[in-house]
Amino acid sequence: MQQHQLRLYVVGQTPNSTRAIENLRRICEEQLLGEYDLKVIDVLKEPHLAEQDKIIATPTLVKELPPPLRKVIGDLSDIDKVLLGLDLVGAKRNDNPRPESSPANEETK
Amino acid sequence: MATETNNTGPFPKVATGIPGFDLVTDGGLPKGRSTLVSGTSGSAKTILAVQFLVNGIQNDDEGGVFVTFEETPDDIARNVMAFGWDLAAFQKQGQFAIVDVSPEPGGVVVEAGGYDFSGLLARIEAAVKKVNARRVSVDSISALFSQFADAGMVRRELFRLSAGLKKMDVTALITAERVAEYGDIARHGIEEFVADNVIILRNILQEEKRRRTLEVLKYRGAPHQKGEFPFTVSDRGIEVLPLSAMELTQKSSNVRLSSGNEVLDGMCGGGFYRDSIILISGATGCGKTLSVTTFLDDGSKRGEKTLVFAFEESREQLLRNAIGWGKDFRKWEDEGLLKIVCAYPETLGLDDHLLRMKREIEAFGARRVAVDSLSAMERVSTGKSFREFVIGLTSFIKERETAGLFTTTTASLMGGTSVTEENISIITDSIILMRYVELMGEMQRGITVLKMRGSWHDKAIRQYDIDDKGMHIGKPFHNVGGILAGTPVQVVGGEIEKLDGMFEGPRDGVTVTGADR
Repeated sequence: MQQHQLRLYVVGQTPNSTRAIENLRRICEEQLLGEYDLKVIDVLKEPHLAEQDKIIATPTLVKELPPPLRKVIGDLSDIDKVLLGLDLVGAKRNDNPRPESSPANEETK
Repeated sequence: MATETNNTGPFPKVATGIPGFDLVTDGGLPKGRSTLVSGTSGSAKTILAVQFLVNGIQNDDEGGVFVTFEETPDDIARNVMAFGWDLAAFQKQGQFAIVDVSPEPGGVVVEAGGYDFSGLLARIEAAVKKVNARRVSVDSISALFSQFADAGMVRRELFRLSAGLKKMDVTALITAERVAEYGDIARHGIEEFVADNVIILRNILQEEKRRRTLEVLKYRGAPHQKGEFPFTVSDRGIEVLPLSAMELTQKSSNVRLSSGNEVLDGMCGGGFYRDSIILISGATGCGKTLSVTTFLDDGSKRGEKTLVFAFEESREQLLRNAIGWGKDFRKWEDEGLLKIVCAYPETLGLDDHLLRMKREIEAFGARRVAVDSLSAMERVSTGKSFREFVIGLTSFIKERETAGLFTTTTASLMGGTSVTEENISIITDSIILMRYVELMGEMQRGITVLKMRGSWHDKAIRQYDIDDKGMHIGKPFHNVGGILAGTPVQVVGGEIEKLDGMFEGPRDGVTVTGADR
């Protein structure tokens, strides 16, 4: 399985931003077992990056890899939706490379 | 009352540089605020939004930011190239930036929790800083509603966007889609959330013709012109025709021009005024085109540039007619003193005709302009739009201190008036009537000056003939009444004496009552 490449766009230190970062970190640790590359981008500081991804709403999570490119907006508190957006719903059941550590996943689900 | 006095303070506006727009809006868009421009699909919202920015860059050296929710930046740049606006060049010069939020094909966005549009606002702010923008156009916010599920949230965020723009101290033009030409201001009830100022663009189908209008619906606290104003989209972008907002500022000239016919000049008290509009009304074949030809020929002879818009005859026909009267139009054309513009009235809408005519007059630098005939234009228009057309044309001509000779055709051979006259007679400075007169079993022609603003004129109805030298005006019709009514009656001698007596002073003990009052 390819390593996940993720970008999370936030604006400043708003409650939405903080929540989104926390939620995403937790999901990534639990679902991707640390196999991910996450970049948190503050649009205020790096607006040109937001240009490329046509960001309107924040927070926005962009999954660059594996394809297809997907966007999830919101503070990522709805974990089911986040997994759907990251194409992780099917992957978790069938293609998990390390099934022995999956109990942790099941718990959070 | 106290609040009212606060509202009457000065409202600074930003001149958009869009022709006519600043007149209709009493100066342009409210400075530092957002104005909503709402219109149906195809009502030229995007063009207006881009033109506002382009004019800022070109005229006032003010940077502009375009936020697009619908079309891609490439599409926009390509589309407005037709107006000569090179967005890519402006971008390179660092005066223009596009914030691209156009939807991505097949881009499904999952919503997972609370969010807002801070990201968008941050991008706009960055772009505004980057090009030092004073103007921002957002086109069109209605598209946002299809991208996000929660309409209430979108509205709330648009309100924030509007407030954010205000904080950036930019003058913003925000477009929105509406469903019907007359009805809700915009879809999704946007207007209440976005702007104090609302302008509506309409694209109405009226008697099989498209008619574009612009209306300033509200300009909170600021003065503006009321009602719908026609506008056109030409190869230079939008041009508003602020007809009813036009001021009568034309200078008045005392210089007289010759009509090319000495007797007619005499009847007008010495000729037409330099900046006047003359209307010649007559039935078919009574010599209207001849009058036009004589008038233009006289101008060319004096080295003045003359221009004729022919809506009934082709260039060849006009040239042949002129030759028939001994006027060599071809020579004047070759010398660059005459231009003949022929067009079928049906080919364009009235607004486009007006725009074209203005450009021709301007480009050629005409000092005498003739339109033959206005009735042909009326055929393809509605009453209101025709009146606007004539007002637009006359004021343009007068502003340039140019003389305008228009002809109009009466429906009946004898007497009567044309509808054209009824509509526009008050706009013209002079009216000359040419009528057929049936007398003693013979068709004769009569001419009279009905109106000559600011000058004495001959009140008689004079007989005239047309031959290969042109028009020959003769003596007044004596002993004939009812010519203008179309029912000429020979008045016998005795009656004339009686008539004479009526208007003379008291005689033989007869008192004329009410004569002094």
